[in-house]
Amino acid sequence: MALTRREFIKFTGLGLAASSMGMLGFGGSGVAQAAAVRPFKLTHATETRNTCTYCSVACGILIYSMGDRAKNALSNIIHIEGDPDHPVNRGTLCPKGSALLDIVHAPTRLKTPRYREPGGTEFKDVSWDFALDRIARLMKEDRDKHFIATNAAGTTVNRWTSTGMLAASASSSETAFLTWKVARSLGMVVFDNQARV
Amino acid sequence: MTNTWQDIRNANVVLVMGGNAAEAHPCGFKWVIEAKIENGAKLVVVDPRFTRTASVADYYAPIRPGTDIAFLSGVMRYLLEKDAIQHEYVRAYTNAGLIVKEGFDFQDGLFSGYNSETHSYDKSSWDYELDEQGFAKSDDSWQDPRCVINLLKRHVARYTPEMVSRITGTPQDKFLHICELFASTAAPDKAMTSLFALGWTQHTVGAQNIRAMAMIQLLLGNIGVAGGGMNALRGHSNIQGLTDVGLLSNQMPGYLTLPNDKETSFDEYMSTKLFKPLRPGQTSYWQNYRKFVVSLQKSLYGDAATQENNWAYDWLPKLDVPLYDIIRAFEMMNAGQMNGYICQGFNPLQAFPDRGKIRRGLSKLKFLVTMDPLDTETSRFWQDFGPQNPAKPAEIQTEVFQLPTTCFAEENGSLVNSARWLQWHWKAAEAPGEAMSDIWIMSGIFHRLRELYRKEGGAFPDPILNVSWKYTDPVAPDPEELAKDMNGRALVDITDPATGVTTKAGTLLDAFAQLRDDGTTAAGCWIFTGSFTEKGNQMARRDATDPREQGIAPNWAWAWPANRRILYNRASANLEGKAWNPKKPVIEWNGTRWVGIDVPDYGPTVKPSDGVGPFIMNAEGMGRLFARNLMAEGPFPEHYEPMESPVENVLHPKVNANPVARVFADDRSAFGNAKDFPYVATTYRLTEHFHFWTKHALINAILQPEEFVEIGEVLAKEKGIEQGGWVKVSSKRGEVVCKAYVTKRIKPLIVDGKPAHVIGVPLHWGFTGQARKGYGANTLTPSVGDANTQTPEFKAFLVNVEKTSAPVAA
Repeated sequence: MALTRREFIKFTGLGLAASSMGMLGFGGSGVAQAAAVRPFKLTHATETRNTCTYCSVACGILIYSMGDRAKNALSNIIHIEGDPDHPVNRGTLCPKGSALLDIVHAPTRLKTPRYREPGGTEFKDVSWDFALDRIARLMKEDRDKHFIATNAAGTTVNRWTSTGMLAASASSSETAFLTWKVARSLGMVVFDNQARV
Repeated sequence: MTNTWQDIRNANVVLVMGGNAAEAHPCGFKWVIEAKIENGAKLVVVDPRFTRTASVADYYAPIRPGTDIAFLSGVMRYLLEKDAIQHEYVRAYTNAGLIVKEGFDFQDGLFSGYNSETHSYDKSSWDYELDEQGFAKSDDSWQDPRCVINLLKRHVARYTPEMVSRITGTPQDKFLHICELFASTAAPDKAMTSLFALGWTQHTVGAQNIRAMAMIQLLLGNIGVAGGGMNALRGHSNIQGLTDVGLLSNQMPGYLTLPNDKETSFDEYMSTKLFKPLRPGQTSYWQNYRKFVVSLQKSLYGDAATQENNWAYDWLPKLDVPLYDIIRAFEMMNAGQMNGYICQGFNPLQAFPDRGKIRRGLSKLKFLVTMDPLDTETSRFWQDFGPQNPAKPAEIQTEVFQLPTTCFAEENGSLVNSARWLQWHWKAAEAPGEAMSDIWIMSGIFHRLRELYRKEGGAFPDPILNVSWKYTDPVAPDPEELAKDMNGRALVDITDPATGVTTKAGTLLDAFAQLRDDGTTAAGCWIFTGSFTEKGNQMARRDATDPREQGIAPNWAWAWPANRRILYNRASANLEGKAWNPKKPVIEWNGTRWVGIDVPDYGPTVKPSDGVGPFIMNAEGMGRLFARNLMAEGPFPEHYEPMESPVENVLHPKVNANPVARVFADDRSAFGNAKDFPYVATTYRLTEHFHFWTKHALINAILQPEEFVEIGEVLAKEKGIEQGGWVKVSSKRGEVVCKAYVTKRIKPLIVDGKPAHVIGVPLHWGFTGQARKGYGANTLTPSVGDANTQTPEFKAFLVNVEKTSAPVAA
C-alpha cells in the first residue's frame, strides 16, 4: 500500500482510535467516511489550549468542544489533539495523550460526592454540604484532641500528626499553593506528594 | 531537568540509564532521535531490560537492578585513570582541589563517624579544612593527598572493570565500550546528557545513584552546557510544580525547609541558613534566605506577620523527625497513631509499597477523604473485590468520603514541566455532574474549619484565623489571583538602592532580587517571582521563536528561576567567558556583560576575572565532587546492595545494604531472602498506560487490557512457563497471579559467577476502571526507602515465580 507521509500519520492515528470507532459502529468503509466528516465537525468547535495531564513532557494539546460558551450552552469535549505550535511536542502525542478524550469521558468519572459510613457495605450519594461539614467536624475533633503545641522539652512546636494529607500530582501549582496554605495553617506535617512514586 | 527537552538535540552522547524515555516520555524522546539524526549523537542505554529505548540505541548494556553505583563508580575510575576529564573545567568549576579535613576516612564500607546503634553518622569530619578566615583550603596543583580529586581516586580505585562486572553482571567489554563513549565528551566542545527517572530514584541508594552520575558529568565538563546536564524526567504533569511549591513533609515553597524542634526561634532557624561563602568572593545566593522566608510569611499571614512576632515563626509547624514521609505515615497508621487521611488526586492503595500494609493502615483510620476525578481503588479499599482486594466491610469502621473533582480539561492554571517551564492552561468545559475543583473543595473545608474555630475555639486557632485570604471570590479563589500571590508584590513603595527605581505598593514584582527581609514584600514562592508581573501572565506566553534553533525558546511560557532555561549556564563558557563549544554558545562575556540566548545564571555584569564560581547556590561556588555533609550515606557514593538482594556485597560483606536506611521493625521482618525468593524483580511503566489512571480510559484498557509479568526465555523454560501462561509471583509480602509474557528482552546476567534472573513487573493494574481486574505491582514491593528522601525501593527486590493454573472465573 503506497501512502504519503501525511496519509500514513492519518492512518496510524486512526489505527489507535479504530477500537473506539468500532464501538461507535464505524466499520470498514465507515472509517473513511469518519475521516471526511471530522474536519467539518471541528470547524464548529471551540478550540482551547491545554497541557496533557500525564507525564512531565507536558505536551501542548488542543481541546475541541461543542458549545460556544454562551449562557446555557453546555460545552462538550469532542476531540483532543497535539498542539503543532508547541515547541516540545510539535503536535505529536503518545498512546496515552492520544487517548485523552477517553479519560475525560471515562465512565468511572465521579459525578456526586459519596459517603460510606463505618461498617457500611456501600457508598451513598450525599450533598456537598453534608460531606464538607462532616469532614470539617472530624478534622476539628481530631486536631483539638491530638494537636501538639509543645514538645516534652517545652518548646513550641505547633504540629498536628494524627491527620495527614497527600497532594495531587496533576493539579495546578495554584491549587498546590492553596492546599499548602490550608494544610500548614492547620499545623499538618504528615504531608507528601507523588514525587517519589 | 537542568536543561530543556529540545536541548537534548545538542548532545553528542545521550545516556538513558535509570529510565525508559521512549516508552514513558515518548514525545520528549523524539529529541533524542533528533540528536541522533541531526547531531550524530550516540545513544547509550543501560537497563536490566532491552526496552524500546534500547531498541534504538547505538549501544546497549544490561545491568542487574540496584547496582548502578558500582557501574558509575567504575566509570569514574576509568575517566580518572585514563585522564579523560575536562581539566580546565574540573580545576576551576569543581571542588576537586579543595582539601578535606583530617579525620575523614572510608573503611570496609563505612565512612568516618558511623554509629552502629543509631544507624547514622556523625558527619563532622565530612568537610573541608578551613583557613583562619573560614575559607576552604585549596591545592590547585592537586598534589595534596587530601584534596578531593585524590580522595575520589582512592575511593573509586576498587571499582575495576572486573569488579564492576562481578557486581553488576554487565559484561566487561560492554562496560569498557561505554566508558570510552562517555570519555569522548571530555573534549571541551562535546557534551553528554543524562536522562533518568524513577529507575534511579526508587532505590535505598537512589539519591546517590544520581550523585554518581552528576559527578561524572562534572568530571567531563558537561554541566551548564548545551546538550549536557542532569535531566530528571519527571513522571507526572505537575509533580515538578508540587515539589517547587513545597508540598512535602519538610518543605516550604521554593525549597525553603520547614523548621524543626531544635530551631526554637526564627533567629535560630536562620542561623543554620546563613550560607557564608566558603571561598573568597563567592555569590552563595542562599545568603538571601531570610528575604524569601519573610516574604513567604507575609504572603501567608499578611499584616499578622510582624517583626514583633518574628514573622509568625511560631505558626509554622516544627518537625521532630526528618520526614513524615509516606512510609512513616503508613507505619503510624498501622500503629493506630493516625485518625484521618486526605488523598487529593492520589491513589496510595496502588502506589505505595507493601499493599497489604497500606490496606491494613487505611482500615485503622477514623476517616478517609479522597478527592479525585476517578473512582480510585483507595476510595474503595473497604470493599471486597476478591483476591485483588479481600476486605470485610463490616469490620472496617473507617468513614470514607469520595469527592468528585474536575480534571485538567475543566480548569485554568499552570503546570510546571520537567524542564521547569510554568505553562498556563485553560478550561475547555464544565466538569461532569456535581464535580468541583480542588480549589473549591479545599476552600470549603478551610472555611468550615475556620468558622468552627471562631465559634467554638479549640487547639491553637491563631494561624487558622489569621491566614491571609483576600480573594475576590473567597469560596473559590481565581487561579490567577493565587498565581499572583506566589509571584509576589511590593507591600509599600520600595526603592532599589542601586538603581533608584521605585516600585509602588501593590505592584507585582518582576524578580526575586526585589524581595526584602523587612516585611515590605510578599511572595508565596520566591522561585516563581517573575511569572505573573504587571506585564501580565508570563506563563501564558506563546512565542515559540528559538534563536539558532538551539532549544531555548526563551519567550515560550516562563521557566523558574528568572526565566532561565539552562541551570549553571555560566559553566558553558571558559574562564575568559568564551563558550567551550563555539558552535553552541549559551551565554558569553562581551567585555561589559554576559549576553546570549539564555538568562545568565550569574551576576549579569560580574567579570570573568573576578573568579566567581558558576555554581552560585553553593557556598564554595563550585560543583561538588565531594558532597560535604549533605548526603545521609557519605560524601562519595558507595555500592550497597538493595535491601533484598540475591548476592552479598562483595566489596564489604559486613556492610551489605545501605547502613543508614531507616527500616521499621515490621518492615524488616517482611524482607525475604534469596533462598525463598531467588529472582530479582523490578517495576516499570508500559507505554500505553499512565499509573492507575489510563485503565479508566477505554482505548488504553483495550491496548493493554490485563496484568502480566515479563520473564526471560531461559527462566521460563527452566520453570516450564509458557507464553501467555498463568504464573504466581510472590514476595515475602504478597502474591500476584497473572499471565506471563515470555520475552527475549530480559536475559540472565552472570553476577559473581552465578546466573541472576530478572523479572519485570509493570505497574498499572487495580480493581476499578475498564481494564481487567489486577493486583498491582505494589502487592510485592518492600516498604523501605532511600535514606535521604524515603523514595521506596520499587526497582530492586526479590520474588519467586511458579507456574500455576488459570484462576476460576469470578
